[in-house]
Amino acid sequence: MITVQNISKRFGDYPALHNINLTIEPGEFIALLGPSGSGKTTLMRIIAGLEFQDSGHVLFDGEDVSTRKVAERGVGFVFQHYALFKHMTVAENVAFGLSVRKRKDRPSKIDIKARAEELLGLVQLGGLGNRYPAQLSGGQRQRVALARALAVEPQLLLLDEPFGALDAKVRKDLRRWLRGLHEQMGLTSIFVTHDQEEALELADRIVVMDHGVIEQVGTAEQVYMEPASPFVSDFVGEINRVDVTVTNGLIRLNDRQLDIAANGYADGPAQLHFRPHDVELAGADAGGLPIIVSNLFRKGGKWRVEGQCGTLDRVIEIDLDATDTPPHVGAELVVRPTKSRIFHTTGR
Amino acid sequence: MSQRAIVTESRFARGLLIGSALAFLGFFLLLPLVAVFSEALKQGVGTFWDAVKEPDALASIRLTLLIAAISVPLNVVFGIAASWAITKYSFRGKSLLITLIDLPFSVSPVVSGLIFVLLFGAHGWLGPWLSAHDVKIIFAVPGIILATVFITFPFVARELIPLMMEQGKDDEEAAVSLGANGWQTFWHVTLPNIRWGLLYGVLLCNARAMGEFGAVSVVSGHIRGLTNTMPLHVEILYNEYDFVGAFAVASLLAVLALVTLVAKSVLEWRFDYHHGGAGH
Repeated sequence: MITVQNISKRFGDYPALHNINLTIEPGEFIALLGPSGSGKTTLMRIIAGLEFQDSGHVLFDGEDVSTRKVAERGVGFVFQHYALFKHMTVAENVAFGLSVRKRKDRPSKIDIKARAEELLGLVQLGGLGNRYPAQLSGGQRQRVALARALAVEPQLLLLDEPFGALDAKVRKDLRRWLRGLHEQMGLTSIFVTHDQEEALELADRIVVMDHGVIEQVGTAEQVYMEPASPFVSDFVGEINRVDVTVTNGLIRLNDRQLDIAANGYADGPAQLHFRPHDVELAGADAGGLPIIVSNLFRKGGKWRVEGQCGTLDRVIEIDLDATDTPPHVGAELVVRPTKSRIFHTTGR
Repeated sequence: MSQRAIVTESRFARGLLIGSALAFLGFFLLLPLVAVFSEALKQGVGTFWDAVKEPDALASIRLTLLIAAISVPLNVVFGIAASWAITKYSFRGKSLLITLIDLPFSVSPVVSGLIFVLLFGAHGWLGPWLSAHDVKIIFAVPGIILATVFITFPFVARELIPLMMEQGKDDEEAAVSLGANGWQTFWHVTLPNIRWGLLYGVLLCNARAMGEFGAVSVVSGHIRGLTNTMPLHVEILYNEYDFVGAFAVASLLAVLALVTLVAKSVLEWRFDYHHGGAGH
């Protein structure tokens, strides 16, 4: 079990992390999700021991490892750009962690070689041990980096933007494969990503971060369906945001009364969030948002309709069934969200 | 051949440009080089060898080699250490350190020499203490080494800093995360990454260490057979109208320069090939 307690970190005047608390169970696959500058990579590097916190503690199975160096923490780290050693063959790269061990802990040359070959087989690169990193494709390099990190038998596998530098198709295959490997080896894994789709698809739990704080920790379902903050709602999945006013449990968009219950919400300015697929078309007199269709295209099995809503500067996006006759550009529609969330507009 | 199409200058203008460039190079670079060798060999190979074998000349050659053999390794160590500190860590005063590294390049060599006279000379800050303890620095070999180290310090560091900056510290962090200690990380990861740049820096450093005149001239004291390096010896011979001797020793320095240039070209070719071939 990995416990992160009250971690804070500043880089000069820039607060990278602020009072972070997090617990990771053994065997979990965790995504640290956030935009750049959210502190996700810094948090992972602190867990790894590549960076040190200003205050707070990192515990592995209840033991404080805060002052331990990376090599003493039993973690495998896969770098964003792989950081393979260019002048070594693939097999030498994989064997590196074993070859640099102290003499008494070091396996024999033959054992090291066999272990490297075995790991290369595991990452489906058997027979490529004599190549140099420059002779491999991006996806292959990524897997060499992974095999190299696994060679030291880490308890915890840390991956920094593991799929960031790969093209879309390779990325998808590798994702699924990595998930399989994680289960097969019984690892605890943490990966950093800015791609919410990747996080939703892969992770047992997602840690959504912004500006050095954790906004929400939860399963893909929880984070997507019950976002804890406007940031999470906006960052995870597609969302429409409309500025509204709450008065007496009713929502108004300018002068228009919307047919959405806001019971229990205090009066004042608020933001209405709804997903493009959580809408239905309603009659002109129903309490929906009136939009004028400005663009229309096919998106998978749906029509994606973009429309202008009155004077709002943001475009409203909705999905309609592809079986329906699509509206034409310029048509007036009334859109009623079937599922929505209301967030009070704070000073932020 | 598509390049020919985008060249807009007329045939005449091109010819004029290339011609004047070649004439310039020939007059300022090739001609002096040829003159050095022809002067040196003017009275035959025998006289040339006699001039080179003359005890004071041999002493100056030995001293020059000694100076290079001491100052180049020192600057390899200092250069790597400084580049490592500057590129792998962030600390207060880093930009000041980067500026300081360039100091030997921006200061006149004569001033560099005078700095050491001021520090270690008989009337310098540390002079009385040094003479009390019978340590001789100025007008002796240690002073020449100090001045040479100072003058040639930037070559290795200047070569390595941009290279190491570009490479970042991912490779080192990867090695450390795999359990390598500091020395293993340096030996197995950093050094192979910087080896061509380092070699290039060493070559330039060596060329300058053997050829330095100004700073060494100030601290050496020109004692024949003792503190005269090859460039100083050349000057003395020349001033004594011993042209054959002067040019004979000078031609040895010129040969050294040529060897350095060839090695440098080979390295640059290797370096480019290596960089280009890595697929970045």
